[in-house]
Amino acid sequence: MFSVRIHGRGGQGVVTAAELLSAAAFVEGLQAQAFPSFGSERMGAPVLAFCRVDTRPIRLREPIAEPDAVVVADPTLLHHVDVFGGLAGDGYMLINSMHTIGELGLQELHERHHPERVVSVPASEIARACLGRPIPNVALLGALARLSALISLGSLEAVVRERFSGTAAEGNIAAARQAAAQVAELAHA
Amino acid sequence: MSRPPEQRERFYQTGTLAVGGRLLAEEQRTVQAGESRANAITKGHRACQGCGEALGARYVLDAAMRATGGQVIAANATGCLEVFSTPYPESSWRLPWIHSLFGNAPAVASGVAAALRAKGRASEVRVVGQGGDGGTVDIGMACLSGMFERGDDVLYVCYDNQAYMNTGVQRSAATPPAARTATTEPLGGHPGNELGQGKSAPLIAMAHEIPYVATATVAELRDLEAKVIRAMSFRGPRYLHVLVPCPLGWGSDPAQTIRIARLAKETGLFPVFEALHGRLAAVSQIRRKLPVEEYLRPQRRYAHLFADGGRPDLVAALQAQADRNVQRFGLLAEAEPREGDLLHVLADGERGP
Amino acid sequence: MREQIEGSQAVAQAVARCRPEVICAYPITPQTHIVEALSRMVRAGALAPCEFVNVESELAAMSVAIGACAAGARAYTATASQGLLYMAEALFNASGLGLPIVMTVGNRAIGAPINIWNDQSDSMAMRDCGWVQLYAADNQEALDMHVQAFRVAEELSLPVMVCMDGFVLTHAVEPLEVPSQEQVDAFLPAFAPLQLLDPADPVTIGAMVGPEAFTEVRVLAHAKHMQALDAIPRIVGEYEQITGRPSGGLLDRYRCDDADTIVVALGSVLGTLEETIDELREQQGAAIGAVRLKTFRPFPRQELAQAIGDAERVIVLERAFAVGAGGIVTDNVRAALALAPDQAGGPDRARAPDRARAPDPARAPDPARVQDQGRPRLHTVIAGLGGRAITRRSLRGLLRRALAGDLEELYFLDLRAEVVERELERARKGVSGPHAESILRDLRMVMAGPV
Ligand SMILES: Cc1ncc(C[n+]2csc(CCOP(=O)(O)OP(=O)(O)O)c2C)c(N)n1
Ligand code: SF4
Ligand SMILES: [Mg+2]
Repeated sequence: MFSVRIHGRGGQGVVTAAELLSAAAFVEGLQAQAFPSFGSERMGAPVLAFCRVDTRPIRLREPIAEPDAVVVADPTLLHHVDVFGGLAGDGYMLINSMHTIGELGLQELHERHHPERVVSVPASEIARACLGRPIPNVALLGALARLSALISLGSLEAVVRERFSGTAAEGNIAAARQAAAQVAELAHA
Repeated sequence: MSRPPEQRERFYQTGTLAVGGRLLAEEQRTVQAGESRANAITKGHRACQGCGEALGARYVLDAAMRATGGQVIAANATGCLEVFSTPYPESSWRLPWIHSLFGNAPAVASGVAAALRAKGRASEVRVVGQGGDGGTVDIGMACLSGMFERGDDVLYVCYDNQAYMNTGVQRSAATPPAARTATTEPLGGHPGNELGQGKSAPLIAMAHEIPYVATATVAELRDLEAKVIRAMSFRGPRYLHVLVPCPLGWGSDPAQTIRIARLAKETGLFPVFEALHGRLAAVSQIRRKLPVEEYLRPQRRYAHLFADGGRPDLVAALQAQADRNVQRFGLLAEAEPREGDLLHVLADGERGP
Repeated sequence: MREQIEGSQAVAQAVARCRPEVICAYPITPQTHIVEALSRMVRAGALAPCEFVNVESELAAMSVAIGACAAGARAYTATASQGLLYMAEALFNASGLGLPIVMTVGNRAIGAPINIWNDQSDSMAMRDCGWVQLYAADNQEALDMHVQAFRVAEELSLPVMVCMDGFVLTHAVEPLEVPSQEQVDAFLPAFAPLQLLDPADPVTIGAMVGPEAFTEVRVLAHAKHMQALDAIPRIVGEYEQITGRPSGGLLDRYRCDDADTIVVALGSVLGTLEETIDELREQQGAAIGAVRLKTFRPFPRQELAQAIGDAERVIVLERAFAVGAGGIVTDNVRAALALAPDQAGGPDRARAPDRARAPDPARAPDPARVQDQGRPRLHTVIAGLGGRAITRRSLRGLLRRALAGDLEELYFLDLRAEVVERELERARKGVSGPHAESILRDLRMVMAGPV
């Protein structure tokens, strides 16, 4: 079982991200489950979404308290919410930010963790460039795909094409690729 | 158990009128411009950016507080206003406030008014009931009509954002023709919400011949305040229907809430008027009549009217509705204001196309 | 075809394949995704000649369904929580009139305090309104149950409520298989109403009945429910033949054979519960099993008594709570366990006309043990109220406590006892108000800093 917790704010497509992730895993023949943290959130409020992926059918329905990966779509949450709570020692952390992990004040965390698994990517900027709108969700999934190898970029692209049409699909795919490339670059740096 | 000391309210600049108001004599200033305003719904609530309902409620309740010397009890229906103002363990309300159910706010308000009568406090303490359009014109209509008919001393305020926003933008009986909602998608030749006249809660209220009925928008906040203060000068049932754009449900720019509310009025789609005892008493005239398209285009809920060839027929139908309002209510200076009793006009069979 | 799809969308598709003719709905979280999806399908013409009616309240929603069904249309609606209670009067009416309406309940708590999250207080409050109540453990079962529900409803002229946990199921995306149109058509014949408003053959529906016959009418309604106890397994069997998928039914046993502790539960908690049971069996060889209750009305007394057999300990895990009394499901379980084996069918049941299966004596409780040792010990555990997550961790703690013999008769899972204590203390001092508000006041004080 591999579990992912995504933190963001209403309007960033966090719930969609978890759904797309589960759909991509499904395409790869895996079992997957996605669900939101169920709130009455309005635009801008903190939101949470979860995704579990496994080779066996998934019966668990509790929120994910001990994720293998955490994605933070809005770095301002770093100061409000315990986004890394319960993260496995060798877990992945992906933060949407133009700043480096050090600049975000997470150096200590970085060092305690496997440093190559703690990454920031400017997903909103990438999305703005590729899509015209700073909706970071699909770009973050591209980065996560590259970071964790949980899903392939190919399956992500397939489900993005299914979910969106025309320029929205192509823009999101371009964003996912670009974010994935940046993660790959970081890994080699 | 001690509470932190009350803070002196800071002065907020809320718009040109409010600031301009400082130059006026105290009694001429807007309620919001005054340092003594009640902040009945105070900062920190969770409404979306640009929420017309939050803005409208603030002005309405502060004005009601001003008119009564702070002696107001509010009964709120379920809906965005209730949800965004009372996220446990916080509350934005600085007046006595009760939320019971979705469909019963007018009756709860009636109950509060009855208790005040029984306790001999009805002359000092006044009651405001409030809810969204769904809570008012749909599920709450029976309780509202009962409250009117019994003559209870309640001001009921409907914040009309033209759909069930709290549950994710479904159609209500106040959703205008052709608007897209989650239950009126423009699919299979359907135009969005079906064409028709919809349900006018203000006209229904007038049919009860209650002392005071008025409509307003958040574009004219001074007018809104004045109407609340006027309403509080009457006894018995009163009804105020306020158009409050919802950026989320309308797909409009949060920064354009006021402008869109103004366009609703200036196109004639939302007539702003007052009625006394069932008779039309005053209308806010349109300064410069604009085509409905100017109002429709900035809202994504109407996007299907303009995408790929568009639906000029539907735009024309909405234009006809606006034109009819202009006629019926005498919204233009040059238009001959319709005489007296609007319901008579209705009874005369002018029920539109 | 298996798809990765949200529970609500899958239910909407399943309902769509049942060829409903009138769908009416009033929005309420967490039911909205289902009816929005159906409204889109109707608008796109995919369900023609189906009508979608946007009504002005839940009372109207159920009333439109009543009128539509009486006029011969297959009718469907969905609601939750406040909305279900808002229809209460019409719910009793629909079942009293014997109208086979199918409704989804996206289970959600009831206010005050207002709460949009999951528990089962809503459908449990309406347990005695005369509807068949099915509880889905997962989304596959939820969508299958909808198709089955139309068959059960129409065969017996009884309305059926399919209860699925709000958010936990309605908003979860998982791999699901919606039966194909051909499969549903093979399973579900066109609606042939037993009573029909039709000028060609005028009937009166809903006449007044006085003391001379009212009791008999109620007993007949009960008899119909008893028939449902036989009809449901049969219909579910046919469904399995067509789809190749066992799903739904009265109840199911999970690792009960050698279990001396059995947890009775319904709804979405079952998956997490079973994971926990597996874990405890593996780690400490604990002999724990679960009974998955799927049909709550009619209550399968005999089947339940058999499934529990002579287990030592029964824990009823409930997502609703009868204030002033305790567990709702527990009371039903207790009544089932009190059945002597020769009445395990119940006197009422024996007379049900097409009662096919005889009780299985092997699993029937030994009356001597039941009587003289007060076995099994029955515990009520109230969990997951108002959306509090039921986690493996808490279930593990709960089951360990039970195995150690330390579990109280009435236990609240993950209760913040100190909050309750503080509030009770306040009440003893005579300063109390509505609890939620008092707790709110408490937290305010905390936020105001040290005072
Ligand atoms: C009996 C009942 N049915 C449905 C609901 C769900 N519900 C809560 S708020 C709401 C929509 C409110 O719409 P409106 O009154 O227009 O207020 P808005 O949120 O748009 O301001 C709905 C449908 C409920 N709380 N109670
Ligand atoms: S959804 Fe609309 S009405 Fe509700 S808080 Fe947001 S802007 Fe206001
Ligand atoms: Mg509304």
